[in-house]
Amino acid sequence: MSDAVSQNVATPAAENSPIPVTVLTGYLGSGKTTLLNRILSEDHGRKYAVIVNEFGEIGIDNDLIVESDEEIYEMNNGCVCCTVRGDLVRVVEGLTRRKGRFDAILVETTGLADPVPVAQTFFMDEDVRAKTELDAVVALVDAKHLPLRLKDSREAEDQIAFADVVLLNKTDLVSPEELAKVEATVRAINPHAVIHRTERAGIDLTKVLGQKAFDLKKVLDNDPDFLEEAAHAHDEHVCGPDCDHDHDHHDHGHDHAHDHHHHHDHAHGAPAAIHDVTVTSISLKAGELVSKKFFPWIQALTQEEGPNILRLKGIIAFDNDPDRYVVQGVHMIIEGDHQRAWREDEKRESRLVFIGRELDREELEAGFAACAARARAHAEA
Amino acid sequence: MPSIAPYDLGEFVERAVFLGDAPAFALADGTIHFPAGGSTVLSAHDGGLLAASFDAYSNRLLTGGEDGRVMAVDAKGAMSEIASIGRKWISVVAGGPNAAVGFASGKNAYARTSNGTVLERAFPRTVEGIAFAPKGLRCAIARYDGASLYFPATDAEPVFLEWKGAHLGVSFSPDGKFVVTTMQENALHGWRVADGKHMRMTGYPAKVKDWSWSAKGKYLATSGAPAAILWPFSGKDGPMGKAPLELGTRGDVMVTAVACHPGEDMLAIGYSDGMILAVRFADSKEALLRRGGASPVRTIAWDKGGRLLAFGSESGEAGVVDIAG
Repeated sequence: MSDAVSQNVATPAAENSPIPVTVLTGYLGSGKTTLLNRILSEDHGRKYAVIVNEFGEIGIDNDLIVESDEEIYEMNNGCVCCTVRGDLVRVVEGLTRRKGRFDAILVETTGLADPVPVAQTFFMDEDVRAKTELDAVVALVDAKHLPLRLKDSREAEDQIAFADVVLLNKTDLVSPEELAKVEATVRAINPHAVIHRTERAGIDLTKVLGQKAFDLKKVLDNDPDFLEEAAHAHDEHVCGPDCDHDHDHHDHGHDHAHDHHHHHDHAHGAPAAIHDVTVTSISLKAGELVSKKFFPWIQALTQEEGPNILRLKGIIAFDNDPDRYVVQGVHMIIEGDHQRAWREDEKRESRLVFIGRELDREELEAGFAACAARARAHAEA
Repeated sequence: MPSIAPYDLGEFVERAVFLGDAPAFALADGTIHFPAGGSTVLSAHDGGLLAASFDAYSNRLLTGGEDGRVMAVDAKGAMSEIASIGRKWISVVAGGPNAAVGFASGKNAYARTSNGTVLERAFPRTVEGIAFAPKGLRCAIARYDGASLYFPATDAEPVFLEWKGAHLGVSFSPDGKFVVTTMQENALHGWRVADGKHMRMTGYPAKVKDWSWSAKGKYLATSGAPAAILWPFSGKDGPMGKAPLELGTRGDVMVTAVACHPGEDMLAIGYSDGMILAVRFADSKEALLRRGGASPVRTIAWDKGGRLLAFGSESGEAGVVDIAG
């Protein structure tokens, strides 16, 4: 193990600090159990509690394996997408009463599980929220079978769309061309996740654990889409080599954002993976915004469009505010905070990304643009 | 002036009770402590203890654990195994009339009768809470979208009392006329057993996690707000159309534990900052029993005579208050 591992992963949680929770998603056979066993068997000196759907081939004496039946609870607040996992509320409450018993919790979901209620549990239940912090949602993807999975289930796509880290696993079972295509598909579904190619779920655990992906202070810090955008703003990185149409999601001239995945006219029989993608990602960019316009807009938007929004993240530059303001959201839940002062060498720019379904790109762009500080100056002029 | 005998138990105290005249504390690590007069410790559960409740019908402590066992500790401090269901978590336990014991794991509710028979029933959703009616062998369970009433010894279909949302805890009023649940939302819900009439009890800023029926069942005292909220249950319509009593109101400190005095209209209230007050219903007069502590008060319990009050906190501070000094 590297020094970085022993420093970042092996430090036991301090008393009273929230217990980090890593959620593992992935279809049956994608390698979740293999990854779990890797995490549990590595000599990192940490104690894990693992919440699984059913006792399988995992289990290290030092760790506690808890079986838990998926139980979706709709919150009785008139919001259909405000769901939590009742079983996790109960188990996590039980696990966190005793200080120092565990350093971290791993939640393994079933292949067909919806990752959203799992994540929302860690935001919506006050007790769970007080004692834990969601670290990251890690999706395992079977490189060989992903195209098939996307054809027959929406869950496989949801798991990728919702992930912070994607392990493109079983790369040894596919050709370089297939791999490139599958990776392009994952990118198309979720341009903001960090993708790692793995065989037998072999990965440096520092790339899976301790990600702080839901930490407002780090929103978009590891976002490959933004990093890439900074490097070469209009690189066509979303599409596979067989797709000749324009997927450039920074190009604001498109007016067919919703259906451009569906009207291919390729002659070949083999399905191009991209065809079965229904999730879209929309990146918005603007200059400085007016907070009095932005907050009502984002609140109304998440109220109305919440069910269609899987994730949102953003860094906002407000006029007359020396600090970067960061936001993130899951469906209708949105939270925001001041992050740090803008550096002198930084461009004061507002960026907001959405991953979801049936998102109206034009409306989002127009709404975001209308929050601009410049617009107000013009109106008043 | 009240006096306190403090005990540092070092672990999360799930439940404080009196067994006979002795204070006993069930800890989340699976141990049960009798710190007064000799400091006995029983080991009830391997792994950890998940549920503990005082069985007023049989004057005993019931516990459920990660080891799939249900244990009982009687008034003499003797421990016995009530049931064992293997590698499952026992998430809830409750005592009933004629030494009946209810418990649950996942979607299954179990009722053990006095002759040792364990009756199992599967429900479509997780059994979050279980309670016995004061007479006969009738159970209520709390579940998603309502509560179910059933007779464990018969095959009759449960009566489903429906109310949308997740119901976590359940209790019968002492006269058996009402069933009340705590919810995942910050609310209670109640039904009149005779006709299923609904009672909504809302307005809490936090989840209700502790409750206590007052002497003769006149009020149901609850946590979940910066004051103890007491719903009047003496009329035939329960609390409907009546304002609740609010006792021991504090600024931004939450009530986390409540226990009604066994004889008088008086409530002991534990707070998130460790303070404990005793408050009289009639004139809201307050008496300070404990100034504060390191963590929220998790559990409080009166002895039978109503002179001693045992308490336990999330960080393991515990003690017994003698209100007569």
